[in-house]
Amino acid sequence: MEITFEHVTHSYNADGPTASLGLDDVSLTIKDGLFTAIVGQTGSGKSTLVRHINALLKPTSGIVKIGSRVIDSETSNKNLKSLRKQVGMVFQFPESQLFEETVEKDIMFGPINFGATEDQAKESAQKMIQMVGLDESYLSKSPFDLSGGQMRRVAIAGVLASDPETIILDEPTAGLDPVGRQEIMDMFKGLQKNGKTIVLITHNMDDVANYADDVAVIHSGKLIANGLPKDIFNNNDLLKNDLLTLPKSAEFAKKLSQKGFSFSKLPITIDELGTEIKQQLNGD
Amino acid sequence: MGRYLPGDSLIYHLDPRGKFLLTFYFVGIVFFANNVASYALLLAFVLFAVYLSKINFGFFIKGLKPVFWLILFTVILQLLFTPSNNPIWHWGIFTLSKEGMVISAYIFMRFILIIFISTLLTLTTTPIEISDSIESILKPLKRINFPVTQVALMLSIALRFVPLLVDETTKIMDAQRARGVDFGEGGLIKRIKSFVPILIPLFVSSFSIAYDLAIAMESRGYKDGEGRSKYRVLSWARRDNLTIIFMIGLTIILLFLRSY
Ligand SMILES: Nc1ncnc2c1ncn2[C@@H]1O[C@H](COP(=O)(O)OP(=O)(O)O)[C@@H](O)[C@H]1O
Ligand SMILES: [Mg+2]
Repeated sequence: MEITFEHVTHSYNADGPTASLGLDDVSLTIKDGLFTAIVGQTGSGKSTLVRHINALLKPTSGIVKIGSRVIDSETSNKNLKSLRKQVGMVFQFPESQLFEETVEKDIMFGPINFGATEDQAKESAQKMIQMVGLDESYLSKSPFDLSGGQMRRVAIAGVLASDPETIILDEPTAGLDPVGRQEIMDMFKGLQKNGKTIVLITHNMDDVANYADDVAVIHSGKLIANGLPKDIFNNNDLLKNDLLTLPKSAEFAKKLSQKGFSFSKLPITIDELGTEIKQQLNGD
Repeated sequence: MGRYLPGDSLIYHLDPRGKFLLTFYFVGIVFFANNVASYALLLAFVLFAVYLSKINFGFFIKGLKPVFWLILFTVILQLLFTPSNNPIWHWGIFTLSKEGMVISAYIFMRFILIIFISTLLTLTTTPIEISDSIESILKPLKRINFPVTQVALMLSIALRFVPLLVDETTKIMDAQRARGVDFGEGGLIKRIKSFVPILIPLFVSSFSIAYDLAIAMESRGYKDGEGRSKYRVLSWARRDNLTIIFMIGLTIILLFLRSY
């Protein structure tokens, strides 16, 4: 499903005296099957942007197209279930959404709301718990007896269980340990390989470099850049104004270039960096 | 009523104790008004106070929103059920009369006056200032061993966490909506059931917030009871005396204008 924002403006408390602009005339296309990263400072409007994709928020003006669905300011709050089944959303700190007696029931909650039978939901729970790296013995535990990282995984399983076509991730690895974060990121990349569209909000530029096909940079509610990670991280205007930081590999390459190396474009992943260094050393 | 709105004007600088008590006092004297002149006087006073606060009038209108239906209901009730000897219109149990119209206009005015003045208090006074005032006002009760400081602390913590819980509720509702919950759809049982996925996470997070807070307070050496000094010191100034004098003046004129 392709997702298109056309001149979307969102104003919080639009009718009150405290109106504040969350998004300002954003036009953006999120391509089907790609891994799109959304970056920007805290408060820049990233969460506001993605909440439009499953109509938790509606544009104050402009339209959002999700496949064949069109959402504008007039869209009714009813009949959004089919859209929300297609667009799964993992919120920031999703562990706070857990409420059932057992992990299994919690994972089944979404599928059943979206019309799956008990058996289908159970099957889905068994599949998803393994997908997020926990074994089936967790299914019968109470979600409140788990560690923070395990709760996070269960919450993610609960969103994936409804088998959404598009998966939105709002800082899904914030506060996780490095190994856990890599496992979870790899799992998301795997989902993309199986045909899902992934939208990831993150502050981790290494994740952007390693996993994303496309990057959108948001600043003060505006889309200020959109393109390939490699191009975005070589955009000097963004870097100069501190609107973006570099991934570690690019940072390292920058230091190398002060010591005699030269890069036409900064490499952004370890692999790219390694290849470049090897070439330049052999070339000498 | 509304959330505190940061600002800077005379009303903001008044001592919160004075503001708090005078607001209650004003709500009390609203019930003394009983004719056009006395209501006009009180309305003029409220509008003057709103003007002094330098707050956009829209915030006060917004304060009416949550009680809009209550006001409408009460006013219509008065309008149609006030008994009268010379009704303008009469149908079954309904009576429309001049007296009814006057009474419902007065009731409407009472609502407006009370809501505007309490909105003014909550917009210009932080919850912390309000709980400090309550503590200060209740201080004499210490003599009969009433735990004033503890109650005030509980109150200020509770007030501090209201906005936090509101945000948390919105967040959890959004998360469950994304998992296919329809709030406010289906029959009564279904609607009640749909609140379970909100209430449980809300309880869990409230307890964990409370627990974290208790540990944070203890590790910074909090001990309840005597001998704690105050970070925010309330100070009574000349302008507060003047406000009281102004209020006394208002009361005298009010008593003079009302009909007996
Ligand atoms: N519920 C809300 N009510 C009012 N303003 C909000 C609300 N949510 C977010 N905002 C404001 O909108 C802006 C963008 O917020 P958000 O989309 O959450 O940013 P990000 O996810 O990039 O950190 C911020 O200035 C924030 O204060
Ligand atoms: Mg956010």
